[in-house]
Amino acid sequence: MNAIEIKNLIKIYKGGNTALKGISLTVKQGDFYALLGPNGAGKSTTIGILSSLVNKTSGEVKIFGDDIDTHLEDAKRHIGLVPQEFNFNQFEAVEQILVNQAGYYGLPRKEAWQRAEICLKQLDLWDKRKQQSRTLSGGMKRRLMIARALMHQPKLLILDEPTAGVDIELRRSMWVFLQQLNKEGITIVLTTHYLEEAETLCRNIGIINQGELIENTSMKSLLARIAKETFVLDTSTLPEQLQLGEEFTRIDEHTLEVEVLKDEGLNATFAKLTEQGVQVLSMRNKSNRLEELFVELVQQGSH
Amino acid sequence: MKGQLYFTAFKSILIKEIYRFTRIWVQTLVPPAITMSLYFVIFGNLIGSRIGEMGGVSYMSFIVPGLIMMSVITNSYSNVASSFYSAKFQRNVEELLVAPVPNHIMILGYIGGGVARGLLVGLIVTCISQFFVTLQIHHFFTLVVTVLLTSITFALAGLINAIFAKSFDDISIIPTFVLTPLTYLGGVFYSISMLPDFWQGVSQLNPIVYMINAFRYGFLGVSDVSVWVSLLVICSFIAVFYSVAYYLVNKGIGLRS
Repeated sequence: MNAIEIKNLIKIYKGGNTALKGISLTVKQGDFYALLGPNGAGKSTTIGILSSLVNKTSGEVKIFGDDIDTHLEDAKRHIGLVPQEFNFNQFEAVEQILVNQAGYYGLPRKEAWQRAEICLKQLDLWDKRKQQSRTLSGGMKRRLMIARALMHQPKLLILDEPTAGVDIELRRSMWVFLQQLNKEGITIVLTTHYLEEAETLCRNIGIINQGELIENTSMKSLLARIAKETFVLDTSTLPEQLQLGEEFTRIDEHTLEVEVLKDEGLNATFAKLTEQGVQVLSMRNKSNRLEELFVELVQQGSH
Repeated sequence: MKGQLYFTAFKSILIKEIYRFTRIWVQTLVPPAITMSLYFVIFGNLIGSRIGEMGGVSYMSFIVPGLIMMSVITNSYSNVASSFYSAKFQRNVEELLVAPVPNHIMILGYIGGGVARGLLVGLIVTCISQFFVTLQIHHFFTLVVTVLLTSITFALAGLINAIFAKSFDDISIIPTFVLTPLTYLGGVFYSISMLPDFWQGVSQLNPIVYMINAFRYGFLGVSDVSVWVSLLVICSFIAVFYSVAYYLVNKGIGLRS
């Protein structure tokens, strides 16, 4: 069963801006799917259409087999949405927000209160339940939106940049939580600017650029296409005259950058450095490996 | 089954709306009570005692139904206008848009909230009026139906206003420049039979004239226009406003891009 089926999705905004130019993609039930793309690529428009906040111009969208044109209410029931920006009433108490949301999905009041307790405890907000939502910290507000999205126990959770502006510790704990939800059977689709996040969490990936889907593949096969990686080496003081190859770039007297082809390995690199009497103290990736590929793909698509 | 889900959704919106205006009771329930008390004291007691009778009853008795209706109209309107616009502004209207709530239910929920505040304020003003005049009830059914339908009419109007509004200024323009003049010229303080023929004709274009007169008939048994015509006019406005509101929400105007 497919959680999401999108065919030839086109969105042209009133001013004539074409946000989506005929996107087609499928997300399988139980998947953890990343939708990536630069700002303004069409990610949020796609999510907006899936969650009926944006009207599509043409194309077909099905959520767990329910077409949004003919079975909109059924399609909506499957989705829990965590939008990019805070969109709850700032003056309502945390628990009220959750209970009301459950009511919109037809959950009777008594059950809604029970469900709210579960969601608030899961997201570590139980102590804050009586507080007005505006008094919460940024991280708590993000968690509140996740709790709200889970109130009606959706089969598909869509998160639009869920960890934007969240500190590292909280981000990592959210990753664990999302992975747990996915293990429990919830299909998860997320957009993010943190490519490390996509790499850590997601099994499949779609890249949107300028309204077109330029990649739709598994994370494994995408990473397998990375031909070379750039490493930063912290070294002992480098001699003035170094006889290293083109793959090396001297950054300063203690730092080198080296591009290594994936099938060559690092032994040859270290051998050259040892030959020149350079001692490597530590090394790291220059950037996330997916990030390099992402930039490359987006740049190719832009030409 | 679906009916039960829809009813739960309706109830949730209604409870949320009632909770909203009771939480901020100092802003929503107290001001009309104070304003209307001043009207009763100044127009009813001080000036009214010099005017004598109007429509066969004391001036105070004459203006009470109009003032109750005025507060019902203003509060039904402003409750939906400010609540719905605020939901747009804070974007929490998206909570409803992503949920499987049919547009009819969403509209009815907000209308329910507006009617609840309108009627509660109406009841408060009625209670206050008891300190100044002993009210008789001539026709209870007319009274209840008129106040309910009027409240629905203006709650719908408030919703339409909020859908189009792009700033908080936009939700105060209509009440200030349209609603208040129409209410004051709608026969709250005078009988339109006192006006010259031309202005009587013009007044008949004002829908609030019909609402106030039907309501006054319910209390006092006196009216400048036929009660049936009044109810027909109010129902027509409801039909038009509801159709417009439904069309706008369905199209997603001001709500979906």
